[in-house]
Amino acid sequence: MSLYVTELRRLSKRRLTRLLLALLVLGLAGIAVALGLSSTKIGPAQRAAAEAQVESEYQQAVRSHQQNVADCEAAKARGEKTEERFGPDCGRQWVPEREMYDAKWYLPYEFDMRSEFGLMIAAFAGAVSLFAFLVGASFVGAEWNTGGMMNLLLWRPKRATVLLTKLAAVLSVLLGLGVVLGLLWTGAIWLVARFSGSTAKMTAGVWESFAISGLRAVGLVLAVGVVAFGLASLGRHTAMALGAAVGVGVLSEIGIQLAVQLAQVRFGQRYVLSTYALAWFEKKWTLVDHRSCEFARGMCNPAEFVVTWQQSALVFGVGTVLVLAAAVWSIRRRDI
Amino acid sequence: MSAVLEIEGLQKTYRSRRRGTRHALAGFDMRVEAGQVHGFLGPNGSGKTTTLRTLLGLIKPDGGRMAILGREVPRALPEVAGQVGAIVESPQFFPHFTARDTLDLLASAGDVPRHRVAEVLELVGLRDRADERVKTYSLGMKQRLAVASALLKNPKLLILDEPANGLDPGGIREMRALMADLAAAGMTVVLSSHILGEVQLICDSVTIISLGRRVATGPVAEVLAQHSSGTVRLRLEAVTDLPAAADALTRAGVQVATRHDDHLLLRGVDKPATVTRILADQGLYLSELAPVAVDLESVFLELTATAPVPGQHRQVDESAGAETAATAPTQGGWGV
Repeated sequence: MSLYVTELRRLSKRRLTRLLLALLVLGLAGIAVALGLSSTKIGPAQRAAAEAQVESEYQQAVRSHQQNVADCEAAKARGEKTEERFGPDCGRQWVPEREMYDAKWYLPYEFDMRSEFGLMIAAFAGAVSLFAFLVGASFVGAEWNTGGMMNLLLWRPKRATVLLTKLAAVLSVLLGLGVVLGLLWTGAIWLVARFSGSTAKMTAGVWESFAISGLRAVGLVLAVGVVAFGLASLGRHTAMALGAAVGVGVLSEIGIQLAVQLAQVRFGQRYVLSTYALAWFEKKWTLVDHRSCEFARGMCNPAEFVVTWQQSALVFGVGTVLVLAAAVWSIRRRDI
Repeated sequence: MSAVLEIEGLQKTYRSRRRGTRHALAGFDMRVEAGQVHGFLGPNGSGKTTTLRTLLGLIKPDGGRMAILGREVPRALPEVAGQVGAIVESPQFFPHFTARDTLDLLASAGDVPRHRVAEVLELVGLRDRADERVKTYSLGMKQRLAVASALLKNPKLLILDEPANGLDPGGIREMRALMADLAAAGMTVVLSSHILGEVQLICDSVTIISLGRRVATGPVAEVLAQHSSGTVRLRLEAVTDLPAAADALTRAGVQVATRHDDHLLLRGVDKPATVTRILADQGLYLSELAPVAVDLESVFLELTATAPVPGQHRQVDESAGAETAATAPTQGGWGV
């Protein structure tokens, strides 16, 4: 227990942890503030202004139409050809219709909690995952690199225990931060929606759905933390995790993408990691094979391949466990 | 006297496809009695640090047995680690932590009372600089911090690898006094160092390692005696008679180790009167026949065959092993 508490203290004392946490909080706060500034709560005044605007636009269009017809008639009287320029019958049939002008177009942007908070959860998960990656990797990578791990192992000569205790400390911090910041994030976005947007139709079911999405976001953050920690420990350097992440990203998102396109692999996107990330957040992600249709023959429902969040959990879970197992095997077997 | 540290037949081999096989430790033996300050000497690459790292569980041995405080290691290392303080190689600490933070975290990880931190900081002379970041420290200050970290546990066995590295002359003297005080208080100290004058002053006993094997061990006085026994300096009234004297002595079976312009060094002379008689029979008369006092550096250079030879550039692995050490020729440095 003392080692666990020590590692929590060590993690919280680290300058990088504090700096990244400050950046994370500032970044999230910045997004919330920007959202608040860009969103306007729509009330009678905004609707009246929009109506006035749309009426003005409509009247302007009518005047413009009438002017065009008059110009056309004048040109005809001068013996000029008008059909090409004004259309047949001087374009009389193109009278602007009032129904074509909707006041909604002239309303300012209003943030809608129900339809848009899912995106906000994804943004939150992305930001905290980046934090988790950098903190998880550097916490153990810097320890290896500066000799801190060796010093610690002289005091606690149980390699796997030390490594896993460090990991437990990182995950505790990430879990705590994920939950606390997640609640603050939800509160901040709700305040934005409450005072500058819309909280309409926020039923208990919607909140439950957001809660489940939030749990999946926290799960992603923890998995990213474990993978970064494991990779940095394997390479005994923070850069190992960063390099591996860039390598896997390039391989998956560029290499495999190109390969499956060139080879015309059916539903080739199922071999790309980002598909599983999308499925994780969206609950499911549907891949469509447009090549299965011959549109010349008329309507067609192209073949689909659905990636579920459970499949994503399996892919990311297996990857995470493999990296962690390799890190534990490595620290037990390799000389220090 | 009981042994605090025992090593028998320790083996460690590094295998590399490119560089082949290298025996870092080839059946190394070592024994350190309780309450001693024991010098552990060897040329660069001889296996000193590998021995210490293996002893401390950082490297897995390929063979042999080791025991600390009567317990077999590495199996019992977790149980005895609390009684062993160690610094291995150059001091390495997290650069952005202060010395106090560094020691505080180690104390916390090792269940050591916090008041020990202030005590050891005082002991190594870092009290007034304890709240500065380690990255601002000089090498000598980092060395002091490393010693402080090793002393934190108030260990029964203290293992110090080059503790005087980077210390100023005053610091070296303080370190010497500290060793003496610790030994007087009952602590057993294993000191690896290249400052052989210091080792001779501080240590009760020594072990000398070369090419992964022990080439000498025992109390310092005994090791010196073994390698100075019968070495005498001989001068004649007439310098021109030295060649004749050398020939006469060689014919009589006395080993003439070195011929200098104004004197000879003779080896293996257990009865100086024999020399007197041989030379007197030849009509050669002595002006001086004196035993030569050797120092540890001379013994070390002889046993490891690492004395510099004019015009040659000795490579790191060019030293004497156990078999060759006994017959290694004297290569200068006999304190003449």
